[in-house]
Amino acid sequence: MLGKCVIGLAIAALAVAMLSTSAQAERGRDGQLKILYWQAVSTVNPYLSGGTKDIEAASLVLEPLARYDDTGTMIPALAADIPSVENGGVAADLMSITWPLRPDVVWSDGTPFTAADVVFSAEYCLNEEMGCNPLSSFTDVTGVEALDDHTVRIQFGVAKPFPYGPFVGSNAPIIQKAQFENCTGTRAQTCTEQNFGPIGTGPFKVDEFRANDVIVFSANENYREPDKPAFATVTFKGGGDATSAARAVLATGEFDYAWNLQIEPEVLEQMVANGKGSVVAGFGTMVERLIVNQTNNDSDLGKDKRSLYLDGTNPHPFLSDPAVSRALSLAIDRQILVDFGYGAAGQVTCNVLPAPPAYTSTANDACVTQNIEQANRILDEAGWLPGDDGVREKDGVRLSILYQTSTNSVRQGTQALIKQMWGQIGVETELRNIDAAVFFGGDPASPDTYMKFYADIQMYTNNFDGVDPEAYMANWMCSEIPGPENQWLGSNISRACNAEYDALAAELAVTASLEDRAAIAMRMNDVIVQNQYVIPLIWRAKISAHANTLKGVRMNAWDSEMWNVADWHR
Amino acid sequence: MDVWLAFRNHTGALAGAGVFIAIALAVAIGPLIHTVDPHYLDILAKNEGPSLKHPMGTDNLGRDTLAQVLAGGRISLAVGFTAMMIALVLGTLVGVLAGYFRQLDGLLMRLTDMFLALPLLPLLLVVIMLFRDSLRAAFGPETGIFLLVVFIIGITSWMQTARIVRGDVLALREREFVTAARSIGTRRRRIITRHILPNVLSPIMVSATLGIANAIITESALSFLGLGFPPDFPTWGRLLFDGANFISVTPERVLWPGLAISLTVLSVNYIGDGLRDALDPRLRGV
Amino acid sequence: MTHYIIRRLLFAVPTLIAISFILFALLDLAPNDPTGQLPLTIPAEAREQIRESLGLGEAFHIRYAKWMEQFFVNEPLNLIERAFGVEIGASEERLRLRSWATRSPVVDLIIERLPQTLWVVGLSYLIGILIAIPIGIVSAYRQYSWFDQLGTFVSMIGFSVPTFFTGLLAIIVFSVTLQWLPSIYDTTHRVTDLSSFWVQIKQMAMPVMVLALFNAAQISRFMRAAVLDNLTQDYVRTARAKGLRERVVLFIHVLRNSLIPVVTLIALGIPTVFGGAIITEKIFRVNGIGELLITAIQGADIPLVQTLSFLFAVLIVLFNLVADVLYGILDPRIRYS
Repeated sequence: MLGKCVIGLAIAALAVAMLSTSAQAERGRDGQLKILYWQAVSTVNPYLSGGTKDIEAASLVLEPLARYDDTGTMIPALAADIPSVENGGVAADLMSITWPLRPDVVWSDGTPFTAADVVFSAEYCLNEEMGCNPLSSFTDVTGVEALDDHTVRIQFGVAKPFPYGPFVGSNAPIIQKAQFENCTGTRAQTCTEQNFGPIGTGPFKVDEFRANDVIVFSANENYREPDKPAFATVTFKGGGDATSAARAVLATGEFDYAWNLQIEPEVLEQMVANGKGSVVAGFGTMVERLIVNQTNNDSDLGKDKRSLYLDGTNPHPFLSDPAVSRALSLAIDRQILVDFGYGAAGQVTCNVLPAPPAYTSTANDACVTQNIEQANRILDEAGWLPGDDGVREKDGVRLSILYQTSTNSVRQGTQALIKQMWGQIGVETELRNIDAAVFFGGDPASPDTYMKFYADIQMYTNNFDGVDPEAYMANWMCSEIPGPENQWLGSNISRACNAEYDALAAELAVTASLEDRAAIAMRMNDVIVQNQYVIPLIWRAKISAHANTLKGVRMNAWDSEMWNVADWHR
Repeated sequence: MDVWLAFRNHTGALAGAGVFIAIALAVAIGPLIHTVDPHYLDILAKNEGPSLKHPMGTDNLGRDTLAQVLAGGRISLAVGFTAMMIALVLGTLVGVLAGYFRQLDGLLMRLTDMFLALPLLPLLLVVIMLFRDSLRAAFGPETGIFLLVVFIIGITSWMQTARIVRGDVLALREREFVTAARSIGTRRRRIITRHILPNVLSPIMVSATLGIANAIITESALSFLGLGFPPDFPTWGRLLFDGANFISVTPERVLWPGLAISLTVLSVNYIGDGLRDALDPRLRGV
Repeated sequence: MTHYIIRRLLFAVPTLIAISFILFALLDLAPNDPTGQLPLTIPAEAREQIRESLGLGEAFHIRYAKWMEQFFVNEPLNLIERAFGVEIGASEERLRLRSWATRSPVVDLIIERLPQTLWVVGLSYLIGILIAIPIGIVSAYRQYSWFDQLGTFVSMIGFSVPTFFTGLLAIIVFSVTLQWLPSIYDTTHRVTDLSSFWVQIKQMAMPVMVLALFNAAQISRFMRAAVLDNLTQDYVRTARAKGLRERVVLFIHVLRNSLIPVVTLIALGIPTVFGGAIITEKIFRVNGIGELLITAIQGADIPLVQTLSFLFAVLIVLFNLVADVLYGILDPRIRYS
């Protein structure tokens, strides 16, 4: 009896072992994957997204023609190959790009993926009435046509030295024409069923979606790689805050992956010490910076003058003096800021353009070390002398700064640290924090938006999508200065106007060779930093955590973090 | 005078008053004894446990927790008391008027409904947008924000008191002693102050205790939204909020501010109990 | 009484219309913007197009009129159609009230969120009341006994320590250290049998506990005060002098009179049950109505905030009426004219 039992058990064990070996190459073998985004997903249609969270959730389902891998290299997704001037895919005059599509791709409903879907996706976004979120990916596109079922040509109105804007990266993927055909223009808003459950070519498909709460995905049985994905279902939960998200992966082990964990390093370290999970960081182009107002923002000036450029007739009483802004930059110990608020998720930087490596200037590296003495000397020499209360002044102008940023515990800590550092060089600082929805909201009636900039200095992070900095660097051109004539929608927040810079920007727009482009971009970076229009502080990484049982995670700072979710496994 | 005598005989009230005075004294003269600057960051001494130099340890920026609790207490107590008083006076006024004068009841209660229905956050954003800069210009950044915060909390938390007081007054005004007073021609003002108010004192006292706690906590929510004091200004609610994530790194950071809030609320509660007993016309004669 | 109720209901209509207008104006005036949470990489022109597509370009009075039409005409018609499976007029053409963040109908979102809010917040309210009333009675009856002191202490802690802290403490004790309870609420969980019911109990335990403590603290204080007030009344002396048993005096005479203000308080608190508990829902990721509202407010999702706040106002007005009616029933001395 006992013997029978043992044999039975042995057979059962053998069967299990065989099952698991044969299952090695089977789709859905690893069961459920649980992902936690503390900002809940509000729509699965990236063209109507409310931010990164929506785009990344959609990237489990929808795919672009090409994406960036974790090193920032472009790799084909739905395209068969990456077009270039060398292989003839990009026209010699840089006016068009021709994408060959993979012939073997089918949508999750079983119908074939063709060039018509690509053409439709472009038309969908370019329709002015729909309010397309990744519209800037389609800048200068004049036409998209299907040459045959598996070839698409994109035409540009101007020569495009970097023609990889449309359909590269997860923010503008291909949607199915058959599904969205009746959802163009103003109707895009009302197609709830489609927006909540787009049919895709990716490794997963949407089973259930509860807006701002949770998405349940299951493996796409029509995915082009038969052994992928390894997970049968994905629960994509949202809500809460970053610290508790980290706790759910690193301390309680309830979830497998938690996104965007910008929390104090010591708290994160203590959670990692539980041994249940690890933290992954990827450095892209995010830089936490101080924007230095070049215009007078005195509240007595009234709204017709306050923080307005007015052709250079309204300079800031002391920040337009390069000595002051240089001293401010020198007085900051950036390493302390990194240690306090960022840990592994930050590095000291002296550039507004920190990456890709070919574009990184080394001309400003001196800022890495704090130099209070030199800062004091510069101010002394410029005639800013300490008054009775220790605050420097000149001709009745006191070095008193109003320093604002959005509400966020790391930012408030950084503010306090910088305030104390500036105190050491005789600069007085008043801190202000503003609710993020107001600060970054574009309401022209509000005095507290970062575009209005009714303060001397403000702090936030900016970056650019993909690897080409041309559009990002164009932000600091004279024509981009915000003001009532453009409803404060300009992107030159410092309100600095520099003729050399504008000339460089114009040159960059017509330069094709990668090497020359890098040289120009670096020079532009140096102009911004050396004139202290912007004081760069920290090169920030995307930081997430995953359970130690989850394998295959490769953190990607250039594209969706979920870019290789098809390869994830236990 | 007999009120004071009655109060003095109330052990709980005396103990409450004692604790409260101790807290008030501590935050008033404490910073003169413990002279560490609550704003000073000593980044090398961050996340330290209790020591002689830092009796309550330090936070993750190296600020002294004791100095912060003392400095924060000044603001929190001031905000808690003033806001509670505003809410109490408003709530009692509206409640008594609505309960006693029938013709006002409908109007005042619909006004209460409206205030209850207003979503707090957008309201705060609007108030801040409209008044912050002018108040800052008129009273300076600190007093200006103090007035704004106290006003906002007061104006948005009187409704429950008003509803409860009104309910009690509705019942009281039909009682024999009120009808009797009315029938002998007592003036309305006198009926209200002499007969109605003393009898609605106990819900008012409970509202006061809960109101202080509510004001202290709401203030922290405000500063978190960037609507309150500047971010480097410690208040008890804010210390508790900021410290929450560090609960397993430096538990002192949440323990002390949490205790300070609880003790304050507890002592106010006992004082309220004592006051009510002392002012109760029925108990006083005993 | 019926006359009174009808009069109040009629009076409620202009009140609510006034409230809806003030709400709309307030939200319009507020400085936050629906594009505020988009990444900074999206340029100004695209933002402007997004704003236009949301209908923000239209004048204030037109947007208000549209909301009125959608809320008072279109959505009720839709609900009727859905409930009875009939079609009234051109239902496809009817503009529905849509959230700006999700672009889906606001009513669907609310219906999706209601179950978890009612389960968690409603249950905690019920438990809070059931704990608070006996505590309040005993505390008052044995004023200044050790039970009263302990009750006072616990309820003061319960009230003065905010839920963001008690919730965090509960997670650290029960999820991190003991690993007994999940810290994240699964809204897709369905109760089908006993074991899945147990899972549901486990995931509700912490949020319900935290909220119940807070509710009980508050209600028990008012209950205690009310009983204390009544214990010294003449009628109690009379009842005792008549030789009634203490039990009868306490539970029949005192309790009935003490419940009057407390019942009002409880009735007035019911709208907050539907409103959800913003902080607790966020901590445990219950993602109910409270979480929906706060996300909408932060994202300046005006149609959603407006609708939720307005529904909230309706409940407040309604339950104020209920409280007043209860008052009249419980206390015959009160006469409404």
